[in-house]
Amino acid sequence: MDKALKALSYDYRMDTVNMIMSGGGGHIGGDMSEMEILMQLYLKEMNISPENQDDPNRDYFILSKGHAVESFYTILAHKGFYSLEEATAKFSKFGSEFIGHPNNVIPGVEMNSGSLGHGLPVAVGLAIAAKMDKRPSRVYVLMGDGELAEGSVWEGAMSGHNYNLDNLCAIVDRNHLQISGNTEDVMKQDDQAERWKAFGWHVVKADGNDFDSLEAAFAEARAHKGDPTVIIADTIKGKGSPVMENKAGWHHHLPTQEEYEQIMKDLEAGKEAALNE
Amino acid sequence: MNKIPNRKVICDVLIEKAKDDKDIVVLCSDSRGSASLTAFFDTYPEQSVEVGIAEQDLVGISAGLAKAGKKPFAASPASFLSTRSFEQCKVDVAYSNTNVKLIGISGGISYGALGMSHHSCQDIAGMSAIPNMRVYLPSDRFQTRKLIEALLQDEKPAYIRTGRNPVEDIYSEECCPFEMDKATVLREGTDVLIVATGEMVRPAYDAALLLEKEGISATVLDMYCVKPLDKDAVIKYAEQAKAVITVEEHSPFGGLGSMVSQVVGEYCPRKVKNIALPDSHVITGTSKEVFKYYGMDGEGIAKTAKEVLK
Repeated sequence: MDKALKALSYDYRMDTVNMIMSGGGGHIGGDMSEMEILMQLYLKEMNISPENQDDPNRDYFILSKGHAVESFYTILAHKGFYSLEEATAKFSKFGSEFIGHPNNVIPGVEMNSGSLGHGLPVAVGLAIAAKMDKRPSRVYVLMGDGELAEGSVWEGAMSGHNYNLDNLCAIVDRNHLQISGNTEDVMKQDDQAERWKAFGWHVVKADGNDFDSLEAAFAEARAHKGDPTVIIADTIKGKGSPVMENKAGWHHHLPTQEEYEQIMKDLEAGKEAALNE
Repeated sequence: MNKIPNRKVICDVLIEKAKDDKDIVVLCSDSRGSASLTAFFDTYPEQSVEVGIAEQDLVGISAGLAKAGKKPFAASPASFLSTRSFEQCKVDVAYSNTNVKLIGISGGISYGALGMSHHSCQDIAGMSAIPNMRVYLPSDRFQTRKLIEALLQDEKPAYIRTGRNPVEDIYSEECCPFEMDKATVLREGTDVLIVATGEMVRPAYDAALLLEKEGISATVLDMYCVKPLDKDAVIKYAEQAKAVITVEEHSPFGGLGSMVSQVVGEYCPRKVKNIALPDSHVITGTSKEVFKYYGMDGEGIAKTAKEVLK
């Protein structure tokens, strides 16, 4: 296990919480659950950087669960696409390009999203184009589990299979919560893996808050030929502080000052623990 | 009478251009036959993408292809393309600014007796209300060719609506004046300005010929570019006329009539009469029968013009 990387995930969480506080709102629960997934992609898996952001051979990422944008902005800042200070200061402010969903006038953001169920078909298009041109690009798309109720997700799933897009990897942030409560109470997903299998996808399960598990899952996705892969990544919504973990109400709750201080303490403690593991 | 529908011309142009431009990709949603694009799929299978009956997927995939540098043309019946996948058109195409050309085929009431599910009488209003979306309705096969050739030169989103059936020629091989985003002036007159779009341009022209016989002179503008509307042409020719008439195969709300009325109201106020389909169930019939019934043929438009000028 990479202790430094794990410790860094707490730093990034603190940056993300600060961005939300600066903007006066955000989708904190999903930001925290997806953090390791984004970090594994941007720091380990993907061929993407400010230097090659216009290179057709780059890898592509679409944040289909666009509401959880603050952790995405944080990671792009740390990748060097823009400064974290600038993004934090401008987030959700009057006239800002750093709005509450991905905005592709910002360097590093490929596509606008926000309305759910759009990312997978777009990712299919990117993957088909790479195949047509025989480019090495891989395409990643991150969806929320609640998002899977959108019919367009399954239209994209059908076509990903139809065109044998083994350069396409979808990740489901399976945190089991959506705004109204538990995903199984809102709209049953039954055995989600079986659904993806029935649509012809290669399915990998992972611990979405564990870098080693994610590394193995992405390696398997890369190695699998002939079908697209979906990684069902089990995560904890609000991961990092008991104040917000596994609480549906923290989907987009803005921490009070007291909660903020406790969250930052918990994240600091998490970082210390990671370094001392 | 011409036997070549505008949709067939789109296919012809794309086949010609795809030979040298491998980035041109045509996508259909089980609609290649209806779109007259079977020949493209047969000629360039490697530049064709079938998505099945899934219009949201059609537009999303097109946006992804465009993001990766392709020049996708997504063709599907206008009724489904403009409503079923409206949000993809808004978010993935216009908002994300991807170079997708949305081809709405069998637009308006082309499908006749198939009913409202297959009619697209809201598409101009819907698509025009999306920032960064352009809306074009070519009037005949020659103009359709010029428009598609011009659209291949830019990298911006656009929605193009064509009808299902062949329409009478307005232009010819030798004479088809075309300037991108500028209305074509078919006739100039001083009594009435008739602004028409798509399949309504020919009857508008016919109306002008009928009016001429009765001593009424009409300007006829072929406003194939509904958005961006050629405002300058509307103002110029409205100013020299006593009244303005708009004609469109669309709901009376939010289409060409609404847009022309806004311009005339702001810059050169005078009487404007919008001729459109009714805000109700459209009577069953062929396009010709329906247009005649609602006064959208040459005679009907001429009659309305005379009433407006009284």
